[in-house]
Amino acid sequence: MAAGPPLRGSQAVRPEAIKAIPVRHPWRWVSTVVVVAAVAETVYIFVTAPNMNWGVVGRYLFGPLILQGIVVTLELTVLAMFIGVVLGIVLAVMRLSPNPVVSSVSWFYIWFFRGTPVLVQIFFWYNLASILPHIALGIPDGPVLFHASTNDLISPFTAAMLGLGLNEAAYMAEIVRAGLISVDHGQTEAAQALGMTRLLLMRRIVLPQAMRVIVPPTGNETISMLKTSSLAFVATVPELFTRQEQISNANFAVIELAIVASIWYLAMTSILTIGQYYVERYFARGAQRELPLTPFQRFRRMLFTFHAPPPSPVDMAATLPGHHP
Amino acid sequence: MAVRPMVKAEAVHKSFGRLEVLRGIDLEVMPKEVMCIIGPSGSGKSTFLRCINHLEKIDAGRLSVDGELVGYRERGNKLFELPDREVCRKRSEIGMVFQRFNLFPHMTALENIAEAPVRVKGESRATAEAHARSLLERVGLADKVKAYPNQLSGGQQQRVAIARALAMQPKLMLFDEPTSALDPELVGEVLEVMRALANDLGMTMVVVTHEMGFAREVGDSLVFMDGGVIVEAGKPREVLANPRHERTRLFLSKVL
Repeated sequence: MAAGPPLRGSQAVRPEAIKAIPVRHPWRWVSTVVVVAAVAETVYIFVTAPNMNWGVVGRYLFGPLILQGIVVTLELTVLAMFIGVVLGIVLAVMRLSPNPVVSSVSWFYIWFFRGTPVLVQIFFWYNLASILPHIALGIPDGPVLFHASTNDLISPFTAAMLGLGLNEAAYMAEIVRAGLISVDHGQTEAAQALGMTRLLLMRRIVLPQAMRVIVPPTGNETISMLKTSSLAFVATVPELFTRQEQISNANFAVIELAIVASIWYLAMTSILTIGQYYVERYFARGAQRELPLTPFQRFRRMLFTFHAPPPSPVDMAATLPGHHP
Repeated sequence: MAVRPMVKAEAVHKSFGRLEVLRGIDLEVMPKEVMCIIGPSGSGKSTFLRCINHLEKIDAGRLSVDGELVGYRERGNKLFELPDREVCRKRSEIGMVFQRFNLFPHMTALENIAEAPVRVKGESRATAEAHARSLLERVGLADKVKAYPNQLSGGQQQRVAIARALAMQPKLMLFDEPTSALDPELVGEVLEVMRALANDLGMTMVVVTHEMGFAREVGDSLVFMDGGVIVEAGKPREVLANPRHERTRLFLSKVL
């Protein structure tokens, strides 16, 4: 083949990089002022409310009863979510089982526990002793293997934990199932072709990929659980909300104590939000070529792009999707 | 004594609902043979391949691998379905390579290859990883040990997928259109690996493909399927050069 004309790219010298004046965003500044003013006004109204006693808020924020309540709330949330997640995964895998008995059991569980209010379920466990004073485990007409008083077995805390956890499992089962069926069927086939059994391929191949879909709603559920755990109040569990109620019943500072509890609930959900972000980042491995930015990196980037010249070509290269050194 | 065929199909039938996809397939694949299956889409060639490792159940006929029925055990005159564990054990002896690679995206190339030997065969991780490294070297990807599938080109992914199947030391390899999802310039590297498998390892292979060049040069036999039946079979050169059936001739005129 004869040599063709010189390629276009080699003809011209690379022109100077474009230096344009960036688009101005005046409305960003206007809206910033409006938002800041509105927030400041709201805060001012509450801070200067005539009968607001901020001293009470300060006194109880780190008060021993409140701090004890926080510990109980956290214990309850962690244990109930643990029951929910573990049982939820089991139920989801059961639900997708080819065995009709196994999948029906799972269907029935979800139908029942999702279909009754969690408040009623906590109440049920809390009052179980009123109809069944003793719980025994054994063979009918045979030896008794285990025997206990229901009240000893199911403390108020256990009642709340069971009510919240078993109810959560029904919701988690559906979240996990959604994750499992979102994984490409080719993955299952490839694992089967390698000789993996159903349970092994669920555990090693499908579930880890489903985690990307499962984690965000599970974070949502955890945050929700942190607050729903206040229903343990009906079982007299001394968690944060119960403590708030007890204190405000004594000193009548209802709004002040509500603010104390809200500050703590907000602080705890904020920490969970950050935790969720890093869990998502972990399960993104292999799905994105680069790990997503940490919140700190994102915040920095946001500050710099709020009112800044367009990124230099060097920065562009660093942020292009698919670019990896 | 006659050599026992690696794959033997007799009057294999398979339907999906009312659609009859396989309407009586008879063939034999001998050990170390490379059989290529060609045919228009919908001819049942991929379905037949998937029946060989029981990803699909056949409805009628007999299909056996290495002298044992696929998915069933015969005792007296009765067929007994194999329990899942047995089906899995048999699948582990047959390698399969898919059109869309199906690598596990959350695992590196090395982990993809070592996973089944560790979890299914119970090899130690050290042994499995050493073997995986040598397999990656064999397919020319020694430097991609730690790469995740989405950091590899299609051709590289398919070569990892071949290494993953080989790690189980299969006695038979099934290829389901292994180059159909690849950019044209990446097809060669995958075919080269497959050619080396046939020539250097003497691997028994059943390859569903549209690569007539590969079929001619590497294949020991060629099967043309259409409408769920085998229309024509023979030596690749003869079938490709002098098809005896009109349908074969028509198909070849379109793809060659």
